[in-house]
Amino acid sequence: MSEKPEKLIDKKGLRLDGRKIDELRPVKIEVGVLSNADGSAYIEHGKNKILAAVFGPREMHPKHLSLPDRMVLRCRYHMAPFSVQERKSPAPSRREVELSKVIREALEPAVFVEYYPRSGIDIFVEVLQADGGTRCASITAAALAIADAGIPMRDLVVACAAGKIDDKVVLDLMDTEDKVGVADVPVAFMPNLNAVTLLQMDGILTPDEFESAVNLAIEGCKKIYALQKEALKTKYMNTKEEVEE
Amino acid sequence: MPTFFEKKQLVTPGELLAEGDYIAGENTYKEGNKIYASRIGLVDCDNKNVNIVALRAFYVPKIGDIVIGTVVEVGFNGWTVDIESPYTALLRASDVLSRPFKPQNDELSQVLNAGDLIVAKIASYDRAHDPQLTVGEPGLGKITRGQIMKVTPTKIPRVIGRKGSMISMIKQETGCQIILGLNGVILVTGKNLEDEELALLAIRKIEEESHTSGLTDRITQLLKEEKSKREEKKNE
Repeated sequence: MSEKPEKLIDKKGLRLDGRKIDELRPVKIEVGVLSNADGSAYIEHGKNKILAAVFGPREMHPKHLSLPDRMVLRCRYHMAPFSVQERKSPAPSRREVELSKVIREALEPAVFVEYYPRSGIDIFVEVLQADGGTRCASITAAALAIADAGIPMRDLVVACAAGKIDDKVVLDLMDTEDKVGVADVPVAFMPNLNAVTLLQMDGILTPDEFESAVNLAIEGCKKIYALQKEALKTKYMNTKEEVEE
Repeated sequence: MPTFFEKKQLVTPGELLAEGDYIAGENTYKEGNKIYASRIGLVDCDNKNVNIVALRAFYVPKIGDIVIGTVVEVGFNGWTVDIESPYTALLRASDVLSRPFKPQNDELSQVLNAGDLIVAKIASYDRAHDPQLTVGEPGLGKITRGQIMKVTPTKIPRVIGRKGSMISMIKQETGCQIILGLNGVILVTGKNLEDEELALLAIRKIEEESHTSGLTDRITQLLKEEKSKREEKKNE
């Protein structure tokens, strides 16, 4: 992907990878993939491949970080050195530190942190392959990993981005669209409570465009939510089938 | 006042379960007049009370619970015990020695050392303090023999069965002593290894097929079949 494409949307209204402007990339989700973690999930969102693992709730170490009235969430977002075209240094970059914070803050409203004071949970997000929109896919996977760990939640959190390329508001930007395009708006959303937990914007949009981008992203979130729920149920379906036996 | 689920339906966190005059039971929560799920599990409604039997959970200490834990550290005047919960428990030296503890007279690591397993009761616990254990009752204390097995804590009631029917049946059929830690750790002690293995087999089966109806009968059958199989092998 060295040369910049002239146009991101062709005459037929299709994007570089043949998607329509309001179409998601294919999403595949699996829950409970790691046996050593208390909860885990794996997501493939287009070319993104991301693993999320949750440990806890457990005693906080170091102990002085624990809070007397609530559980502490810790999150580490990390990109594998081989996850991008040019080798990425495995040391946490500025961007990764920021994304760790952003993901943590997107998930925190969904967790009943006040139930288990003085304890903590650790969320590890490992990006194995990146192609734009990793923060969104990470949030979707991490929320599932938390649910899989048996930690009480208000709702699952699901995230999806929208943006502007070639003067058009489109859903779910991939890497090239993000880099060449005009703007990117990632949104994390709790579908049942109808609440937004993450809203960022990178680029320039008019207020009208911004509104339609947010609405489009929420529509995308709802579509991914159906897959997310399905994935979580599939893991526990075996138990369920035995009930009906 | 509608409900949005069928009996024993599998639900995920955040799913809307009922609206109106309902009471939020286990693993659910109420927001306004709506009841939502907070864990993955099977819903059940019993007289306005919406409950979820969680398929995945961890142990939260409760006063009076019998638990099985591992000693992880010997301290100055007691032990730190891992009870498979978000909080580690404390066991005081004076509780074990049943007399005032004097550091110059007693060497704590000779009574209980790191790695030892104990059966204990939760003596005190609240939001602000770690649980404290006690072993000052018959049947509690250091575990010297037997086998340990771990299950999800939510499945312990299933192993006990209605009014203890399941557990007493297994004890009778295998001749083993079984102690159920409410934190999901089970101790099986029998006369010989075979008896213990038989009991573990039955418990593992219960864990896999929990929430099925008529499970006690099927486990009884399983144990009888296994026993006769083993008899045959011996006779050969």
